[in-house]
Amino acid sequence: MADSKGRFGIHGGQYIPETLMNAVNELEVAYNRYKDDPEFNRELKDLLDNYAGRPSILYYAEKMTKDLGGAKIYLKREDLNHTGSHKINNVLGQALLAKKMGKTRLIAETGAGQHGVATATAAALLGMECVIFMGKVDTERQALNVYRMKLLGADVVSVTTGTATLKDAVNACMGEWTTRLDDTHYCLGSVMGPHPFPTIVRDFQAVISRESRAQILEAEGRLPDYVLACCGGGSNAIGSFYHYINDEGVGLIGCEAAGRGIDTFETAATINTGKLGIFHGMKSYFCQDEYGQIAPVYSISAGLDYPGIGPEHAMLHDSGRAQYVAVTDDEAVDAFEYLSRMEGIIPAIESAHAVAYAKKLAPTLDKDKIMIVTISGRGDKDCAAIARYRGEEIYE
Amino acid sequence: MSNIYKAFENGKAFIPFILCGDPDIETTAGCIVEMEKAGASMIELEIPFSDATAEGPVIMECSIRALEKGITTDKIFEMVKSLREEKNVKIPFVFMTYANVVFSYGIERFCKRASELGVEGLILADVPYEEKDEFDGICKENGIDLISMITPTSCERTPMIVSSASGMIYIGTSFDSNGVEDAIKTEIPKLCASVREVADIPCVTGFGISTPEQAAEAAKSADGILCGTGIIELIAKYKEDAPAHIGDYVKSMVSAIK
Repeated sequence: MADSKGRFGIHGGQYIPETLMNAVNELEVAYNRYKDDPEFNRELKDLLDNYAGRPSILYYAEKMTKDLGGAKIYLKREDLNHTGSHKINNVLGQALLAKKMGKTRLIAETGAGQHGVATATAAALLGMECVIFMGKVDTERQALNVYRMKLLGADVVSVTTGTATLKDAVNACMGEWTTRLDDTHYCLGSVMGPHPFPTIVRDFQAVISRESRAQILEAEGRLPDYVLACCGGGSNAIGSFYHYINDEGVGLIGCEAAGRGIDTFETAATINTGKLGIFHGMKSYFCQDEYGQIAPVYSISAGLDYPGIGPEHAMLHDSGRAQYVAVTDDEAVDAFEYLSRMEGIIPAIESAHAVAYAKKLAPTLDKDKIMIVTISGRGDKDCAAIARYRGEEIYE
Repeated sequence: MSNIYKAFENGKAFIPFILCGDPDIETTAGCIVEMEKAGASMIELEIPFSDATAEGPVIMECSIRALEKGITTDKIFEMVKSLREEKNVKIPFVFMTYANVVFSYGIERFCKRASELGVEGLILADVPYEEKDEFDGICKENGIDLISMITPTSCERTPMIVSSASGMIYIGTSFDSNGVEDAIKTEIPKLCASVREVADIPCVTGFGISTPEQAAEAAKSADGILCGTGIIELIAKYKEDAPAHIGDYVKSMVSAIK
């Protein structure tokens, strides 16, 4: 009997062409060799602390708390990391691992461009070649990030196949990896894909909850009642949840992109509208039609515009340990503007989905409740698109 | 066990590939009839998937085009049924598709339906050895072989894959820049030999093979030639008129490998 690896409940696995099996096996061996290696972890910690600016602060949003009149709200400020999002946590880990494996070239998919920028940054720092695949639609709505990646020395390939968004960029990356396994590492940006990616990316992102747990204990002397994070593939969400999973009293809430609403076809809310399937190397929930064709999803947020969700989230949903709610474009844009004015923090439109649900939830809770909302990235990249959404043309 | 072995009883097998529903299902059916007449040994039918990640951009585009025109798994089953019942088509079929197409249909329901229609094998591009058990048992119960693939990166995985394989082995060569000719002369013989060291099972190959000369060369080491590129080019060129041109092409390929 063959042994299916990397399962989270019934989810996960390695559903990939034979051509990629040696590559993921090589990666698994290397990861197991280095993940507890003191030297590797010392180097990674040095990069995270002295280059990426960790630990990120846990900020008490006092004005927002008072305005909403309910639970005490803390913001985990991943937007303050170098390159402006949580993506750098995973990228530095994988780039360092790739370097140890003797790889000289990094490839990556990107949606909003945050993971692409982070990968291009790590490649520049570690002296590696870098090619970023990005859906053509996304290159247009995130033009500034395309320029940043090029500035950092990466080649950016505009992907025109399929829906020309994040899922197609993943397809292109897998295809590219197949043709150049020798010198190339696929630096996957979320907790998705075939084993060992969901585990590797989760471990590197778990730094978020490792820090926030210590920070909230320091500030409040107790654990939070809720942890909220936006959730597309789910890397910042799993990172935000991970060290609380065994703390039953901590409610974990992933905020999905409902787009124009979960009762429309223009949505990317996988848990709320998808069904069990097999795609991009994993068994999980996917937005798909009755014949298993992957649905063209939609969200104002390029980073959440993905038809699947990581297998560990699928398991947390099955067990009821985490809850996944849907937040519309309208609600996210309102929250984007709200946090900017209320706290002087412009969140990424992705993160604004979590802020939007916090705005709904906090007023329903007593004042002695505590919630942590992860601000996964900064919103500068979204300003032009949000202005457009509000009917204003600005030139970047 | 399926009847795939019969495709190899009269010497080298020529196995044309067709993506169902491109440009439309009637053309697909017409091409299948002509392929059988022209002496093909078996036909590989691809059920389009929205994200044909294991194949190149050409198949990805054809797949999306076919899906946009409304092709579905059920319509493909219907086509096979009418070919069997109304056109008296006897040739064995192998389905090629992706895990989610079969999984979402219900593995059992899919295999049962396919088996009733004389489908002998199933190739799932994104199901490697490690994940095959979920599909393989149900395939076997229905007399369908789940076809395994060996590629240049399989290396030490080959014995494990081949020893549990059934029906035939799909030899996949790399898409790299060395070109088809190079792959035919060096990679394919090497991979076929690595399979035969483990088991006596037919080896079919074909990524990128389109001319009779290439087919003849590849058939020196492989037991069957699976041809996609040449057929796709003909269909792209002649569209709804493709059936009239497929026959001659298949004949030329069949005679090249005999």
